Amino acid sequence: MSNENMTTPDPNTESGSRVESQTSPRPGSEVVDSDELNRPKTSETVVSSRDLDVFYGDTQALQGIDIEIPKKQVTAMIGPSGCGKSTFLRCINRMNDLIDSCRIEGELKFEAKNVYDSDVDPVALRRRIGMVFQSPNPFPKTIYENVAYGLKIQGKTENMDQKVEDALKSAALWDEVKDRLDESGLDLSGGQQQRLCIARAIAVDPEVILMDEPASALDPVATSQVEDLISDLAEEYTVVIVTHNMQQAARISDKTAVFLTGGELVEFDDTQKVFENPESQRVEDYITGKFG
Amino acid sequence: MSQENNTPDFVGRSGIRSAREQSIKWLLFGCAALSVAVTTAIVATLLFDAIDFFLEVSPMAFFFGTTWSPTIDQAFGVVPLVAGTLFVTVLSACIAIPVGVASATYLSEYASRKTRSIIKPALEILAGIPTVVYGYFALVYLTPALEWLGLPLSTFNALSASIMIGIMIIPMVSSLSEDAMSAVPDSLRQAGYGMGATKLEVSTGVVIPAAASGIFSSFILALSRAIGETMIVVVAAGMRPRLVPSPFESLEVMTAAMVQLVTTDIAGGSTAYRAMFAIGITLFAITFAMNLASTFVASRYREEYQ
Ligand SMILES: Nc1ncnc2c1ncn2[C@@H]1O[C@H](COP(=O)(O)OP(=O)(O)OP(=O)(O)O)[C@@H](O)[C@H]1O
Ligand SMILES: [Mg+2]
Repeated sequence: MSNENMTTPDPNTESGSRVESQTSPRPGSEVVDSDELNRPKTSETVVSSRDLDVFYGDTQALQGIDIEIPKKQVTAMIGPSGCGKSTFLRCINRMNDLIDSCRIEGELKFEAKNVYDSDVDPVALRRRIGMVFQSPNPFPKTIYENVAYGLKIQGKTENMDQKVEDALKSAALWDEVKDRLDESGLDLSGGQQQRLCIARAIAVDPEVILMDEPASALDPVATSQVEDLISDLAEEYTVVIVTHNMQQAARISDKTAVFLTGGELVEFDDTQKVFENPESQRVEDYITGKFG
Repeated sequence: MSQENNTPDFVGRSGIRSAREQSIKWLLFGCAALSVAVTTAIVATLLFDAIDFFLEVSPMAFFFGTTWSPTIDQAFGVVPLVAGTLFVTVLSACIAIPVGVASATYLSEYASRKTRSIIKPALEILAGIPTVVYGYFALVYLTPALEWLGLPLSTFNALSASIMIGIMIIPMVSSLSEDAMSAVPDSLRQAGYGMGATKLEVSTGVVIPAAASGIFSSFILALSRAIGETMIVVVAAGMRPRLVPSPFESLEVMTAAMVQLVTTDIAGGSTAYRAMFAIGITLFAITFAMNLASTFVASRYREEYQ
């Protein structure tokens, strides 16, 4: 577990209890970790949507989504399978453009600009909004090349070695791979591969990192490494994470969005509030496992 | 089912069935063995006649001799023929590899499913055209067209023949490369696009490297095809052995020399006749080595992606 959190200035203070939370083992059973709420909550919105509808052909996958995702915090998206979490995530960096049948209506703003305006270049947008996928997908290249890939295509080639090292350090992978940077990324274990993918995403210094169930293909040890990492990442980046694991959402997120079947965003609030005192009965049923 | 006696219907026929299964097995084995036997016999024939030849002409004179004039001067230096073959192969590769990989990239990465379903079979038809037609086309249309463009070509020339061979093997390169590229998992493309790569960057920086072993094998297979090609070169490039080939002049490749030998000395028996087998075995060795290389590369890099 990293100590970096301790030294980070926290405007809402009470950092004492925070340190405790970071250094004590993560309680899986204790659903809400109230100390997480001490991250700055007053921060500005970086991604917001209004009345966002998404269709695949004739079927509607998301209905009228309104959400305001705060900067430099972790926002978790939970909900039953097929409710549209991945779809929403892919709307943010326009990865849905790659799906022919997908149609989007409404507004989705990244820093005050609607990303679906006709003058937006999705390639440039994706350079500022990184993505980590459900199962690790390193390129069949060396570890170094994997991390350097984004830097190269974006022409940020000065000080590349340093940037690669920094990214691998931020992804808590440097110590494990520093002596084997020229080995294939595919030779790493699953958890290492996923951290490599995170390093690849953060190497280009994006503003937002989207993660679609980043730990679902990982064992518990690797999962907790990735979770620790996500908490650290929120120091510098806005993180939006889809997860099926409610404890995980409770542990690592500041805000939680609950989608329910039919593609509605039923509740969106501080994580503690959503888990302890949800407004909607349906959300409560979902969280307590009465409904899936 | 509704038999009166109570012998179940799965009893008692195993003898007949297994005899039939056995005979089918042997029949199938015979078919498989036939092709192996024929191949072995061909190689053996080549080898025996080649050995006879090397008893008359020293291997040194054959492999390092720089003059090929079997009937007039009894000069059996194979170097000009090998030079001609390599020249034509390299030239045709210069056409087939870029065009083949480009069309594979288009088909695999850019084309809609509908376009692909039209273009892919169309390309494969190219592979079904008899090569003598390509040769004729090169001689009668391509050479005049290139001359019209201002190239100083002789009637028989290496350039037209090479271009035609290149065109002939494009479908091989594109079809096999496209298979290799389509097999690259989509998750890698997603990773590329997610990093803000353009379609071209994903194609050239992610998909092609990940499919490199398959693409490389397609080159080797296509090139062995080019090396062994006979009709196009005989018809369009002529039969003039040259130590230093020129694209604008006629030349003679190994297969063309074999055709020439077999047509001049149909009765057999002379040293020149046996030289044909020496060339044949040399050609066989070259293509065999290339196929080995392709198998090696394919197996070595097979699991580039999971
Ligand atoms: N490429 C696609 N083409 C057609 N329909 C799709 C496509 N992707 C998703 N859908 C549909 O859209 C709906 C939402 O899918 P989505 O993948 O966003 O759900 P999810 O919440 O991420 O589910 P999971 O938790 O299983 O990953 C589903 O009904 C799904 O069938
Ligand atoms: Mg999903």
